[in-house]
Amino acid sequence: MAKLENTEVSPRLAKNLRRNVLERCIEFGLLCSGMFAIFITLAIIYILVSEAIPFFQHVSLYDFLTDTVWTPNYSIKHYGIMALVSGTLTTTFIALLVAVPLGTITAIYLSEFATHKVRETIKPVLELLVGVPTVVFGYFALMLVTPLLQKIYPDLTTFNMLGPGIVMGIMIVPYIASVAEDAMRAVPMAMREGSYAMGATRFQTAVKVITPAAISGIIAAYILAISRAVGETMIVAIAAGQQPNFTFNPVESAATITSYIVSVALGDLEHDGIGFQSIFAAGLTLLIMTLMFNIIGHAVRKKYAERY
Amino acid sequence: MVDKKRKHPKEIIKAEANSLNFFYADGTQALKKISLPVYENKITALIGPSGCGKSTFLRCFNRMHDLYPGNKYDGEIILHPDNTNILDKRVDPIEVRMRISMVFQKPNPFPKSIYENVAYGLRVRGERNKRVLDDKVEEALKGASLWDEVKKRLHDLAFNLSGGQQQRLCIARALATDPEIMLFDEPTSALDPIATMNIEELMAGLKEKLSILIVTHNMQQAARISDYTAYMYLGELVEHDETDKVFTNPSKKETEDYITGKFG
Repeated sequence: MAKLENTEVSPRLAKNLRRNVLERCIEFGLLCSGMFAIFITLAIIYILVSEAIPFFQHVSLYDFLTDTVWTPNYSIKHYGIMALVSGTLTTTFIALLVAVPLGTITAIYLSEFATHKVRETIKPVLELLVGVPTVVFGYFALMLVTPLLQKIYPDLTTFNMLGPGIVMGIMIVPYIASVAEDAMRAVPMAMREGSYAMGATRFQTAVKVITPAAISGIIAAYILAISRAVGETMIVAIAAGQQPNFTFNPVESAATITSYIVSVALGDLEHDGIGFQSIFAAGLTLLIMTLMFNIIGHAVRKKYAERY
Repeated sequence: MVDKKRKHPKEIIKAEANSLNFFYADGTQALKKISLPVYENKITALIGPSGCGKSTFLRCFNRMHDLYPGNKYDGEIILHPDNTNILDKRVDPIEVRMRISMVFQKPNPFPKSIYENVAYGLRVRGERNKRVLDDKVEEALKGASLWDEVKKRLHDLAFNLSGGQQQRLCIARALATDPEIMLFDEPTSALDPIATMNIEELMAGLKEKLSILIVTHNMQQAARISDYTAYMYLGELVEHDETDKVFTNPSKKETEDYITGKFG
């Protein structure tokens, strides 16, 4: 094609300045709100790391990870984070033992069996459970669940990991049920019809077709549940005893990372002492643990998303 | 319609709808007094404009409408040789679906391997014997002319197959349980011409073993593959006869208008 001699652009086709500026402004505004969340996250990491550095100048990383006694407030000080990690892992494990089967079964029921009316009744009630303050769950564990467990197992101490673990599991059920149900309902109807047309029952369809089809969403629900359990504070602070104790035995009392942080942060410790700094080291550990679970979850999700 | 047994006396009736009415949950009547035989080892094509009820009619044969609450059948579909109305409340839809299988409009393989897709129907029937499963899977894949293409990757995910292959996989899946009738709901509408041709050839071979009822939008397809054709319009059966007759010398004006493209 011949090049145009005339380099003028017709005013009807020229760039619209007003629209372009407005579009830029909107884009910038959106970018800012996106950056805000990232900025906060980075700020949290910065605080954690900068406060943890002086702590690790006193305590070697080796001791921190291998010592199994955690007594920052005693005269003989030990900083073995494993005493807190064990509490976090044990309560989380108990919670998942309750929440994963219950939540998954609830999701299967709501998505594949319940009539529209039943689903629309149960879902809001379940989601109400999410709104219950965790401090209420904590007392529920301490005043009701533990005494009930003591009837079955009389040696159980008042403060233990079993009661709060179970209650934490109950608290997480709606998270799993809701996210997993959304994933299952997103499976196209054609898939369901295909299964029913083969003579499958509802249960066979739910377990053999819908669950594998929705597996990556279901695993996402489990990851959310793990993060929620690992980070849960009030329930364990109230009902598990706040005793740093290196044990995986659920009937013993213990402190989790979160319950240690809250007890120190609320106590009257000097704000520049090593005892205070220890909560940042603990917080950093918690952050890394959650991150690890998320990465593992993502990897598992990806693997299943490919296979199924 | 008048007595079909007399109209085509040489055919054996595999299933027959007798004054079948069907109502959706919202009360709309989608089928009005449909009476239609499905002949053994023949392909019966259902044609008609969108919304005429042909898919609704097809889905009565495997009680697919039971999946959605509020749908109502009225009338009967007699399945032979049982001589039983499969719409009867005492009939278990799962038993019906075990004998009357279905291939859908869009290929809908399960999120499983090729092998497990074909074995699915046998597994839900409780078959665990690996030898039996292996044999049946091979036989069904051969029946769907897919074996040569997938025999080396049976344990690959079914989603990795092309659209045409996926549809043949769905046919293999439906074949694996030795159905007596196969229902096809516009099985080639999502496929390219070559994949369509493959499926049409396949159906021509399948009718040696079973009876086929197919819904199609494509009139040439109906003319090419079917032995009998039924033209439906607004929930009613307008005409049913041998395909040659319907396409060359229809007895009803409406059928002629539709087939010649004056309407539709």
